[in-house]
Amino acid sequence: MPTRRELYDRAQRRRANLIATLSTGAVLLALVLLVPRAPGWEAVQRAFFNAEIFARTFPGLLQAFVLDVAIFAWCAPLIAVLSLALAIARDLRAPAFTPLRLAATAFIDVFRGLPVILVIYLVGFGIPGLGLPRPWNSPYLWGSLSLILVYAAYTAEVIRSGIDSIHTSQRAAALSLGLSEADTMRYVILPQAIRRVIPANMNLFIALQKDVALLSFIGPVEIFRQAGVYKSLMANFTPYVGAALIFLVITIPATRYADYLMARRKHD
Amino acid sequence: MTEALLETRGLVKRYGPHTVLNGIDLHIAPGQMTCLVGASGSGKSTLLKCLNLLEPIDDGQILLGEEDISEPGRDPQPLRQRIGMVFQSYNLFPHMTALENALLAPRRVHRKPRTEFLPAIEALFERFGLSAHMHHYPDQLSGGQQQRVAIVRALAMKPQVMLFDEITSALDPELVGEVLDVLRQLRAEGMTMILATHEMAFARELADTICFLDGGRVIEQAPPAAFFTAPEHARTRAFLARVL
Ligand SMILES: Nc1ncnc2c1ncn2[C@@H]1O[C@H](COP(=O)(O)OP(=O)(O)O)[C@@H](O)[C@H]1O
Ligand SMILES: [Mg+2]
Repeated sequence: MPTRRELYDRAQRRRANLIATLSTGAVLLALVLLVPRAPGWEAVQRAFFNAEIFARTFPGLLQAFVLDVAIFAWCAPLIAVLSLALAIARDLRAPAFTPLRLAATAFIDVFRGLPVILVIYLVGFGIPGLGLPRPWNSPYLWGSLSLILVYAAYTAEVIRSGIDSIHTSQRAAALSLGLSEADTMRYVILPQAIRRVIPANMNLFIALQKDVALLSFIGPVEIFRQAGVYKSLMANFTPYVGAALIFLVITIPATRYADYLMARRKHD
Repeated sequence: MTEALLETRGLVKRYGPHTVLNGIDLHIAPGQMTCLVGASGSGKSTLLKCLNLLEPIDDGQILLGEEDISEPGRDPQPLRQRIGMVFQSYNLFPHMTALENALLAPRRVHRKPRTEFLPAIEALFERFGLSAHMHHYPDQLSGGQQQRVAIVRALAMKPQVMLFDEITSALDPELVGEVLDVLRQLRAEGMTMILATHEMAFARELADTICFLDGGRVIEQAPPAAFFTAPEHARTRAFLARVL
């Protein structure tokens, strides 16, 4: 036998669901009815939503996307390592480490302060421009390095905010047991700090996966570039829509998962 | 006077312009239980942190046995291993089980595998009625259990002296007893202890010496019988009138 409260809640829920369904339906109906009446709709449909071109180009786009994933896959671990080193270097107190601390701070300031695309141009064109022999003139190498530099700077700041968020009483407890400063960092502070910033870092890594497409400006034929090639060949924008869908299939679940982790953090 | 295990001579501690401790002389004999009492803000926590070298002192000396452990420039790490400390807010490491909490320092400090320490530490958990909770994380334990684990964690380093900073103040009243029982047990085993506490009944029952901190000094120091029944200072009497 449900209580009065449960009956009331149930009725409220039914009402809310009904309203949500009706209003969503109304908006969709309006879109379906109104958009095709726009004067340019026929042209847009042909240029962006051409089913035949979509079917022809999609496999090629998927294949090109493998390169995006590969670039992401070799950048991500290097970013993790470099950002951790930077975050720790920024926290070193001993005077002997002052140069290291200053270098880490400068590094983070510079690469957080520049647009990604500018770093990719400067590093990706600049360094091969020195006339280095193969394979040291590869745009893959220097493009990846650009992403690593920029994203390591962002990630380092996130990790550092995590370190700062661990209460000093944890440090005091560890030191009072006779642990060294280094062990206190490694076994007590960092594990807690890193756990705390996993959701924030996941969002950064989703952004990284998207920004891999920027490397197309210096050469690598990844998905965005491949879509551009198809567009030129077929004089049609549908391949860009295909590329967008492929990105979304990866990024939406990843974003949702990060949000879920973030929400779970709030509870504990 | 017997040989002191821990001693301070003219200990001064300042935070900026604010002198918190202004010439503290303590003489702690082995196996003694010393209670620090005083109003909130009188410097009890600060004194304990200084004794454990978590805070540098501005003047005076701290002697552990014969050694001056407060000598500027001395590496505090090996000295802290000989002085255990338990905090009001437990400060267990939340990402480790109770057992891992207790094993961390012995393993890292002595650089030996955990099996080397496991039997002794399991025995500690057993002794304080915590065997069932060794593999629990701090957030799965009650406040009283967490605080007892924190004591076990400090004892795992086999310290010569234990410092306790109001370790029952954050506990629900019904959990205070189980933590005080641990202290009783340690006292019976002859552990040298210094407690900052508001538990006057407990101090009266078990302390060898009670030190009353006021204005950065120990203005009265006496065995509990004398301290509670015949305090010499007006300020001590005023304090006792407030807390008893
Ligand atoms: N880290 C600190 N910085 C500045 N002042 C402090 C610090 N810690 C404690 N104090 C001050 O020192 C005094 C003594 O504090 P504390 O030792 O915590 O007292 P008690 O433990 O007896 O309540 C207080 O006035 C407090 O504000
Ligand atoms: Mg205090």
